[in-house]
Amino acid sequence: MNPFTYARPGGAGEAVEAVTADPGACFLAGGTNLVDHLKLGVASPTALVDVRGAVDDTIEESPDGGVRIGAGVTNSDLAAHPVIRRSYPVLSSALLAGASGQLRNMATTGGNLLQRTRCVYFQDVTTPCNKREPGSGCSALEGHGRDNAVLGTSEQCVATHPSDMAVGLLVLDAVVVVLGPSGERRVPLADLHRLPGAEPERDTVLERGELITAVELPAPLAEGRGAYRKVRDRASYAFALVSVAALVHVRGDRITEARIALGGVAHAPWRARRTEAALEGRPLTEAGLRVAAEAELARARPGKDNAFKVPLAVNTCTAVLRDLTGVGS
Amino acid sequence: MDSTITLTVDGERRELTVDTRTTLLDALRDRLGVYAPKKGCDHGQCGSCTVLMEDRRVLACLSLAVAHDGARVTTAAGLGDGDELHPVAGAFLDEDAFQCGYCTPGQICSAVGMLSEVASGWLSHVTEDPEGPVEATDAEIRERMSGNLCRCGAYPHIVAAIRRAAP
Repeated sequence: MNPFTYARPGGAGEAVEAVTADPGACFLAGGTNLVDHLKLGVASPTALVDVRGAVDDTIEESPDGGVRIGAGVTNSDLAAHPVIRRSYPVLSSALLAGASGQLRNMATTGGNLLQRTRCVYFQDVTTPCNKREPGSGCSALEGHGRDNAVLGTSEQCVATHPSDMAVGLLVLDAVVVVLGPSGERRVPLADLHRLPGAEPERDTVLERGELITAVELPAPLAEGRGAYRKVRDRASYAFALVSVAALVHVRGDRITEARIALGGVAHAPWRARRTEAALEGRPLTEAGLRVAAEAELARARPGKDNAFKVPLAVNTCTAVLRDLTGVGS
Repeated sequence: MDSTITLTVDGERRELTVDTRTTLLDALRDRLGVYAPKKGCDHGQCGSCTVLMEDRRVLACLSLAVAHDGARVTTAAGLGDGDELHPVAGAFLDEDAFQCGYCTPGQICSAVGMLSEVASGWLSHVTEDPEGPVEATDAEIRERMSGNLCRCGAYPHIVAAIRRAAP
């Protein structure tokens, strides 16, 4: 591990200044991903700027009926908060499907969004990886490919985004509050994570020095029903092969609003807009739910080891929608 | 780069100077001679380094010591009261909840933290009724302890011990 300095600024502005001024600096929050990367050699900063204490760690209800979540709120506190449990249960469910009790006690809201892929080649510095070392090649294309993405991949990178929380937040239309060297801006969560394209080293649209200070949720969907389902190789403490977050509003025999997101299938948490469009306003039938799920996965381009993710995503999405709407029961 | 920090470990205030790269786990074991937390994977995947920080269970291997200046840390060795074993540690003995014992201090700290999470009404991934009371059923124990691996496979007895210790 390379030597680094450690600083714990008292405010977000000071933290942003410290990282902006020093090209070797990076933010540290819960450390559950970054400290591992320091050990593995995946990250080798020369200065760590600890933002716990610099960013808010409280959850406040906002006047418009929504909620503002400080970026420093831990995953376990967020999942257990009475307002989140009552008004945004899909977020609680997504959080509780992720990691372990110990990790959720450490990991923060901002850090969870900025965690990096668990692609085995990204984490193994002895192998080529375009995300870790641009231009070196992608070992995952011909190597172990079971966990790879099937949607939105590029020739440069087939890594997946590992967060469960982000998939839950995506159907809540969350907005990320970012403080940077030139002030504050708001980025819809749907626009935060990038697809790999030709620059897989860039996970998000954030610029150097920009710090997530909060996540805002609009008022909950009235009478909406939500669910988060995660499919993985073991019952607990594993990353998703596929996950589905869904929030639907049903009136009579029709879905009036549907918000669907998929995890484990892409470089970013994936909003299934084609599924949503195929559901909204149409009469509810079991076949219709499946056709809607298939509409999103029609664009899937699996590799040699992960073709199973396509039917798995379709089936999981269909099952979640069936449970939420009561169709076929 | 060195930094001087203070930790309260198992009730004792300790001051030490650490390189900023030192994890809490290495500080406890190699600098302070507190050997209860174990180094298993050192990557946050096995749970054998679990300690309680301000009464919450965390992984010492993924915590930088310098980032926890002033923290109150409790290891499995500090849970009891004098010669009196902590009820969770006692239950592990009664139920024979280990074989080699390497993961046990982490299991016990994790169980103590987990039972207090249950007592606070925190839900888990397997909680069937979010509105109902949260109880330490076998399914809840298995889910909530999934961050602690036991390569000897003592899981059935670990579940039994935690069920015995649960209020």
